[in-house]
Amino acid sequence: MSVTTLSSPALAQRQPNWIVRLFDYKPFLIAMCLAPALGLLAVFLTYPLGLGVWLAFTDTTIGRRGIFVGLENFQYLLTDPLWWNAVFYSVFYTAIATFGKFALGFWLALLLNNHFPFKSVLRAIVLLPWIVPTVLSALAFWWIYDPQFSIISYLLVDVLHWRSSNIDFLGSPWPARFSLIAANIWRGIPFVAISLLAGLQTISPSLYEAAMLDGASAWQRFRYITFPMMMPILAIVMTFSIIFTFTDFQLVYAITRGGPVNSTHLLATLAFQRGIAGGELGEGAAIAVSMIPFLVFATLFSYFGLARRKWQQGEAND
Amino acid sequence: MRNDITRRDALALGLSAATLAATGAAAQTSNIRAADVPAPKRDIEKGASLRMLRPVRFVQADEDVFRANAAKFTKDTGVEVKVDFVGWEDINQQTAVTSNSGAGPDIIIGFSDAPHIYIDKLIELTDVADYLGKRYGGWLPLAQRYGKKNKSEAWIGLPFGATAGPLIYRKSVLQSVGFALGNAKGDGNGFANWALWSHNASLLDEEGNVTINSKETIAALNWVKELYPTFIAGTPSWNDVSNNRAYSSQEISLTANGVSLYFSLKNDPATKAIAEDSEHQLLPKGLAKVSPMAGLTLNAMVFKHSPYPNAAKAFLQYMMEKDQYEPWLNANSGYWSQPLAAYAEAAVWSQDPKVRLFKDTMNSTYYDGYKGPISTATGAVSADYVLIQMCASVATGAATPEAAAAEAEQRCKRYFRRQK
Repeated sequence: MSVTTLSSPALAQRQPNWIVRLFDYKPFLIAMCLAPALGLLAVFLTYPLGLGVWLAFTDTTIGRRGIFVGLENFQYLLTDPLWWNAVFYSVFYTAIATFGKFALGFWLALLLNNHFPFKSVLRAIVLLPWIVPTVLSALAFWWIYDPQFSIISYLLVDVLHWRSSNIDFLGSPWPARFSLIAANIWRGIPFVAISLLAGLQTISPSLYEAAMLDGASAWQRFRYITFPMMMPILAIVMTFSIIFTFTDFQLVYAITRGGPVNSTHLLATLAFQRGIAGGELGEGAAIAVSMIPFLVFATLFSYFGLARRKWQQGEAND
Repeated sequence: MRNDITRRDALALGLSAATLAATGAAAQTSNIRAADVPAPKRDIEKGASLRMLRPVRFVQADEDVFRANAAKFTKDTGVEVKVDFVGWEDINQQTAVTSNSGAGPDIIIGFSDAPHIYIDKLIELTDVADYLGKRYGGWLPLAQRYGKKNKSEAWIGLPFGATAGPLIYRKSVLQSVGFALGNAKGDGNGFANWALWSHNASLLDEEGNVTINSKETIAALNWVKELYPTFIAGTPSWNDVSNNRAYSSQEISLTANGVSLYFSLKNDPATKAIAEDSEHQLLPKGLAKVSPMAGLTLNAMVFKHSPYPNAAKAFLQYMMEKDQYEPWLNANSGYWSQPLAAYAEAAVWSQDPKVRLFKDTMNSTYYDGYKGPISTATGAVSADYVLIQMCASVATGAATPEAAAAEAEQRCKRYFRRQK
């Protein structure tokens, strides 16, 4: 007996009760730990996304349950000039705006990377356009572009007398398209600039010192040190930027609502216009789903095109 | 439960006038003649309470009087009524959710075509409408159109009032004009409809066939093209508030708008002079028989899911009786115009002569989707700006009238593909 009493605590430790054993069982533990996350993803991500994709294959309207119609919505979209128009402008908008954001954002990041007084304050101020809610900045631009009350027209016509009539920013297709792109660039620069600034600060100064000892010019230092070292972060930031730009909604909807005569519809605004305002939920969902291939392509392009260079894995660049 | 009878409810409606006279709530002298028609017998369910949604007010007095009337109803019948005021942009979505989920408010006052969209989910209000029609000189044409089921005498909605957008112009100045050609739901569609209807063109024929691609439409579009050079620059990007701003800042001296523009000018000391120099005029008829304006109509619906349909009907009927309706109409100072002929004598229409023409808003025989049956698709066509974009593309020279009409036809046919 004395032997058993002595060894019983040790025995209990070696043979814990079933609940402890259950939680020590690895597959169960994994399932338990993942369950909350999977549940959240299923409820708030998979379900809405799945529902959206499902709707795209039905003819649901607001106030009426739809039936499965297969690819009918997509077939119609292929014959719909407004959809093609939106595809064209979405791609155009994304391409020009992303280029503008990166050119100006990179430039701004290089400037901010220098030493100057009030550096931190200035860096914080640069973020402002990005912090302001998009709808607010969209409203501001709406006024800036207003056909009658534009501040730009006012300056050019009434103050400087350079023009005799107001600029019609949003009244005809091409000026409206470029006006929206300008607003998007203005809004997107801070994100690019601050992200790239973070990347710039990770580049070791010793590289520049070595280059300068070798007599490299400023351009050469940028071309052969800064730019290659920035490639990975450029790829990530560009991926995000393309996604944000391609799926942009608020700026366009608040400033032009897709007008004049549908010339500035992005796929996102067209989807909303058809799905919610027009009540054709199925067709709206189909337009939204039609964005997915473009987004996948853009993401793959910037990711593989920019990030997976051999030299980054220590091999020669061919 | 539903068949339980309480004593007070059947009496409540018939007695409401008497109780009000006694409390002196309607002390204001009334010119409204009400025929002596027996009210339909109706047993309000025991323990009934109602929840309703309606669009937000134009003027504070609208909400105050509406709430006071609802409170009076509660006092008279014991039925609790909770009224929620919803933004104009949201009311359609909330109606859709209410109707699809079969839960929520018992009554919703929506806009023009809403009862026709949710027709399967609503109870008929024919007894209420018949009684009110007989008592107050009959329903005006626009009210009949939006209230009644297509090609039927059954009422599915109960119109409360309408507001339209006639011309507003300056008496002393004539410079440029401006009509919204951008994606403007109210003003843009108002202009496009005017252009079409005044040339005898229409979206649909009586049977609901899409007839937008017609020679009348081409004529209307050619007229728009001729008119466009007189417009101020930028109208293709105008939304619903742009013409208000341009008129208020004296950039234009003629546009089409609801009465709200006049009131905002009149109530602001800085622009009072503009209001004094302004006058309203019905949209010119062209080939149409009456001025072709479709008033935006408040249209009440009672849902089948309501456990207290009789209480809901009694409430709507009570609100339309002159002791409640007349003060409410007057409180709105002209923003809303009556659906029942007898209310044309209300005091509001003799106060400001510049507002008087809104009195006839519901006399119009034109409506959104003229001259076909009202449906989901007619609403979708105006919400998707199909007609206004047709006009704008011709005005700006982006398309020929023929091409624009053909494109509009294609888009309309898509919307109407399930309507028949």
